[in-house]
Amino acid sequence: MLPELYNYWVVILLMMTGFYIVIVQGNLIKKLIGLNLFQTSVFIFYISLGKVSGGSAPIFAEGVSSYSNPLPHVLILTAIVVGIATTALALALVIRIRNAYGTVEEEELQQRDLEC
Amino acid sequence: MLSHLPILQVVVPLLAAPACLLLDRSRLVWIFTVLACGLSLLISMLLLYQVSQHGTLSYDLGGWDAPWGIEYRIDLLSAYVMLVVSGIATLVIVAAGTGLEREIPLEKQTVFYVTYLLCLAGLLGIVATGDIFNVFVFLEISSLATYALIAYGRDRRALWAAYQYLIVGTIGATFILIGIGFLYSLTGTLNMQDLAARIPDSAGSRTASTAFVFIVVGVCLKLALFPLHLWLPNAYAYAPSLVTAFLAATATKVAVYLLIRLHFSVFGEQFASSSLPLHGILLTLGLAGVFVASLVAIFQPDIKRLFAYSSIAQIGYMIIGIGFGTAIGLQATLLHLFNHALMKGALFLALAAVVYRLGSADISAFRGLGRRMPWTMAAIVIGGLSLIGMPLTVGFVSKWYLILAAIEAGMWPVALLVVTGSILAVVYVWRLVEAAYFQPPENELPEGLDGPDRREAPLTLLVPTWLLVLVNIYLGIDTRLTVGTSGAVASALLGGGQ
Repeated sequence: MLPELYNYWVVILLMMTGFYIVIVQGNLIKKLIGLNLFQTSVFIFYISLGKVSGGSAPIFAEGVSSYSNPLPHVLILTAIVVGIATTALALALVIRIRNAYGTVEEEELQQRDLEC
Repeated sequence: MLSHLPILQVVVPLLAAPACLLLDRSRLVWIFTVLACGLSLLISMLLLYQVSQHGTLSYDLGGWDAPWGIEYRIDLLSAYVMLVVSGIATLVIVAAGTGLEREIPLEKQTVFYVTYLLCLAGLLGIVATGDIFNVFVFLEISSLATYALIAYGRDRRALWAAYQYLIVGTIGATFILIGIGFLYSLTGTLNMQDLAARIPDSAGSRTASTAFVFIVVGVCLKLALFPLHLWLPNAYAYAPSLVTAFLAATATKVAVYLLIRLHFSVFGEQFASSSLPLHGILLTLGLAGVFVASLVAIFQPDIKRLFAYSSIAQIGYMIIGIGFGTAIGLQATLLHLFNHALMKGALFLALAAVVYRLGSADISAFRGLGRRMPWTMAAIVIGGLSLIGMPLTVGFVSKWYLILAAIEAGMWPVALLVVTGSILAVVYVWRLVEAAYFQPPENELPEGLDGPDRREAPLTLLVPTWLLVLVNIYLGIDTRLTVGTSGAVASALLGGGQ
């Protein structure tokens, strides 16, 4: 079971690592890295779904009868773009948070809000 | 032209957004945005009319037939929700003409309107589309725009709130994406109609129930169901007041729509209730949400935050309606979805007027406000009464149906708890009334504001607020539109799912 489905195990491992980082990390940038890992694991999940074993790239050619399913791959192109947009927006927010507070650590942020 | 309405509903705001950047004069951009929002309101009215006359509309994007291409599918439910979303969006943007000048610096206003239109396009897209992956894309368009809109707040805590919402929102959206992946691997389709036809074949499959769980949790994060609500109070409290009015009345409602759509149209009531004890979970969390959020609301000094918590409580009522799993329960949810948009729209617009004049929404700013801003305060009082569920307001109609649903389901305690929840609403609304009408105004002027600023809010803010208030009262008396539509939708959804 493990050898054939290893990519799904990678997905689970990456997903849990990313999720754990998002929850535990107090540094806003590191949180984002965790979020990216989390999203990437889903990308790999979709790409694995679309792969047909022994299948070639979905381009019509002579002598090829088995093709991988291109649809999940296309979907994930969209999801990657969404992920990039999210990361860009989040980084922009972090820059503005740093300008406004002078820190990107969650605990210090909370402290500075309590002070004023 | 008329046959292209379903796509125009989404494309008009989507294309209007970049067009704003070309105009680049804030007054001009505002007029343009009002026109774009007004046009989408017109389109959604036409759609509702068409759908109620001729039944469900199906539109194939780019002329590709449905299961291969993306289908936009407008049924009564989508038309009903689109009417709420575009109606509120139009009223809020009309108010933004003057309301914005104290909250967002002039040079950023053009970008604000761009983000606003993108958010509207995303929300309408979620409702219009019949393709489940398209839902994810539009969800992210609207969410990204929402994070940016919240970050426009003057307080630096707005940035922090936007960041937190971004993290939670992205996790929610990714959960939905995982669920969609499972569904695709199981059925090989992304079209909602196709999915609905194929999911019953794989009833009992673990993949299907896992997909369902991921999707439900993801959507519940978006609609701020207790205990997944922690992002909401800060986001609503620190966002610019008009943004709060827009988001409170539309964003969570669209998420509730999504839950209803996926639960009843895609998975079907039978699957949903057999694969996990969803009804019990929704009822419990809904009730817990009503009580916890209402109790927290009572002790909030910041009124925007108070009403943010009250929003979480009201979402609890909507979820209770779904939790009954009956047609009348679903009808109560749909009614409350519409009605809550009306009352929270009115309340937050009135709060925007207060913030415009006084620069603060703290309870201390409300002292003696009943005399200084009588019209604004009257709007808040009527909105509050509607929130409590007084007869002659829309709030009564939805609470009434919710209690009917509880009695029909034989759950007396739930009916009793719904009434008790309303009493908590009386308490937090009364705090506001007491401060505004029974306490003397503070004598010293708030910083930076002079004499003329202490008058009633400008008409451009008052008129949209009062329009919503009047609709609140009108639809509380003449309930044909809301009760008729929601009844038809509820029976169609439950009839079709079985």
